[in-house]
Amino acid sequence: MQKFKKVLCAGSAIAIAACSTLSLFGCATQSEVVTLRVANWEEYIDLGDWGDDELIDIENQFAENPEDGVFGLNSMVDDFVEWFNSNHDYEVEVEYSTFGTNEDLYNRLSLGDVYDLVCPSDYMIMKLLAEDEVEPFSESFFDTENEQNYYVNYASDYIQGIFEDYGWTNYAACYMWGTTGIVYNPELVGEDDVSTWNILRNTDYNRQVTIKDNVRDAYFATLGIIHGDELMSGVTDDERSALLNDTSDQTIAAAEDMLKQIKDNVYSFETDSGKADMVTGKVLANYQWSGDAVYILDEAEGDELSPTELWYSVPDECTNLWFDGWVMLKDGIDGNEQRKEAAEAFVNFLSRPDNAVRNMYYIGYTSSIAGDLVFDYMDWNYGFVFDPSDEEYFDEELTEVYEYNLSYFFGEGYTLYADASVLDLGSGTPETSVELLGEEYGNNIEYTVYRGGEINRGRQLFGQYPTANVIERSVVMLDFGDKLADINQMWIHVRCLDLMDYNPVVVGIVAAAIIILIAALVLYHFRYRIFIRQYKPRKGYKKIEA
Amino acid sequence: MKLRFNRKQLCIPYAAFLILFVIVPLLVIIYYAFTDGEGQFTFGNLISFFSSTNTIGTLIYSFALAITTTLVCLLIAYPTAYILARSHFKKKYVMLLLFIMPMWINFTLRITALKEILTAIEGNIAAYPFLNSVIGMTYDFLPFMILPLYTSLLKLDNSLLEAAQDLGASKIKVFLRVTLPLSVPGIISGITMVLLPSMTNYVVLDMLYNSTYIMGSLIGSYFNSFDWNNGSMISLILLVIIFIVTLVTNRFSDKDDNGGREVIL
Repeated sequence: MQKFKKVLCAGSAIAIAACSTLSLFGCATQSEVVTLRVANWEEYIDLGDWGDDELIDIENQFAENPEDGVFGLNSMVDDFVEWFNSNHDYEVEVEYSTFGTNEDLYNRLSLGDVYDLVCPSDYMIMKLLAEDEVEPFSESFFDTENEQNYYVNYASDYIQGIFEDYGWTNYAACYMWGTTGIVYNPELVGEDDVSTWNILRNTDYNRQVTIKDNVRDAYFATLGIIHGDELMSGVTDDERSALLNDTSDQTIAAAEDMLKQIKDNVYSFETDSGKADMVTGKVLANYQWSGDAVYILDEAEGDELSPTELWYSVPDECTNLWFDGWVMLKDGIDGNEQRKEAAEAFVNFLSRPDNAVRNMYYIGYTSSIAGDLVFDYMDWNYGFVFDPSDEEYFDEELTEVYEYNLSYFFGEGYTLYADASVLDLGSGTPETSVELLGEEYGNNIEYTVYRGGEINRGRQLFGQYPTANVIERSVVMLDFGDKLADINQMWIHVRCLDLMDYNPVVVGIVAAAIIILIAALVLYHFRYRIFIRQYKPRKGYKKIEA
Repeated sequence: MKLRFNRKQLCIPYAAFLILFVIVPLLVIIYYAFTDGEGQFTFGNLISFFSSTNTIGTLIYSFALAITTTLVCLLIAYPTAYILARSHFKKKYVMLLLFIMPMWINFTLRITALKEILTAIEGNIAAYPFLNSVIGMTYDFLPFMILPLYTSLLKLDNSLLEAAQDLGASKIKVFLRVTLPLSVPGIISGITMVLLPSMTNYVVLDMLYNSTYIMGSLIGSYFNSFDWNNGSMISLILLVIIFIVTLVTNRFSDKDDNGGREVIL
């Protein structure tokens, strides 16, 4: 009996193996599966699994069927696979991986990792372009007639214009974008102090401000300080761009001195820890990218122990306008038309306005996608509530609104009314008028409406979409090119302890102590050979072990 | 049919591991260390290391940090190990466990907790970068110092101490002339295990906001900026330093006593 069982087991195992092999072959012959290898930043896409209360229901119409509204049930990648496979005659699967920094991605590419579609930042796109590693998009990608070409149809004209100016259009599709600035606690930091990059070296905030731990962001802020006077005295766009892409030896040397000064003043050079330190109040101000700034503002006001109202400021000198964009790589695509089609479809799927909203909600950054749905989402999020029946958000005490103009991004006529208290109206002089804005809801409150002026500080809305006056002083920071090595060397000089900064006597004593210590250990090691020769038996004699 | 392996064949997995993960990477490092960006042979990386006040400064800073950490560890660990090994506590294994247990918890987690504690004590931890780095590394490496000391003190023959006392030595003299010399292998083993890692463990520094680079962070910074040649050269120099230190300390620990490493493994 026992034997029979064994035979049965073996037989069934063979049968199963045979079946599975057969089915594998069967699959392969029917339709080919294209594998799309995507590399994106960590935490930079909707991973799904939203709670029921997170449904984005702008018109209050999807409470019954949340899957019809904007809702992240599954991860964006899974949704893409399902969407793609349902309207193509071949199947795609996505190998999704993440990277932490642009340099990390570049190192992995040069080590031979192969990806089809990656999402580096502006300067890294330039570097990859210069090295001829980027596969251009196909002509059909730019066909505006095709409804499924969501990127060309919905990406903001403003973003597409900038990509056109820099000659990236054929190679890169913008995913997220933003500015750089300073998150601060308005109760403890003065407005004048956060309106300049000089806050990084302001000794009033000694060890209470953080800076980014990467050379590009640090260098940008330093250029803002070094060229501060010129930047503030009215420059043209080209001049501003030249000043903030200044990599002359003289400027690099000046930046080194400035950064050393900053190093002695800041709380930390941080890559990620600054968010938590800002929320928990360990620091008062924090150099941030706009997307993370929005995240910090949300976290700080939702903090259960000590809710804090933090603000985001864009310094008056300049701000770094940055982009993360999708590029296809020649190594990965390798002439495979189906794979290229799948990669372009992936970009388009992410650019579909409802998916853009999902990603924006999930990661807090600002999508390059315009379109009515995205605008409605912003209005739903930040727009002023005039409707008295909305008990949760309506407040009759609030009577000051600011007409927030987003026409540079969404197109002519796209403005929303924001609560004036989430913006700092002080620095410019906005026009004012008194209007009845809530009449359609039977609301007879007279609202003071502010328009125009200059807004340089604000809360989440300002972080997500800067005002037009901020856009005017924003600059794209180009790749350092040949100067990369010099600037990296400058960074190492800043971060390393420099003997020249110390009293030579002290340095000498410390160095001597270390050398003597090592020498003593070495001498001790060889002491029998050097000092105490007599312990060794003479030639011809043997030492007798005790 | 029985599978039989002779000794040579049993070595194959280890040899393969050794070649793949030790020899080959080492050769790659040596290749990059002595070439420039274009692959040409050069001593430039070596010269630039020793001619820059920054890199030498970093070397000195790393040494200063590592030596301070080691001394602090030794000062804390010796009395602890002595009490644990020589006392007649019933629960001394429980106490030993308490010292080893932190090693079972992920160290980034421990350092994060330490950061909060230090903030509560110091107010603003960024003001004392060197002190905090020493505290963090001591916290991290203390068990590595206690264990070798504990085992070497545990093996100490009690009759030697009694003999010394019988012959009229005071307690201090017994300690200085008998206990201390006999625990030297443990001390050396502990020093090796603390000094070398603390020269490169820059994660602790990063997490405790010491913005000055040590050797580990300098290497990382070169690799991040695609300069593999200089990065490899510094790794190689560090390797040579470690080799020298190991060579010197080896003569103490290559006796039958292996300094308590078996307790850790």
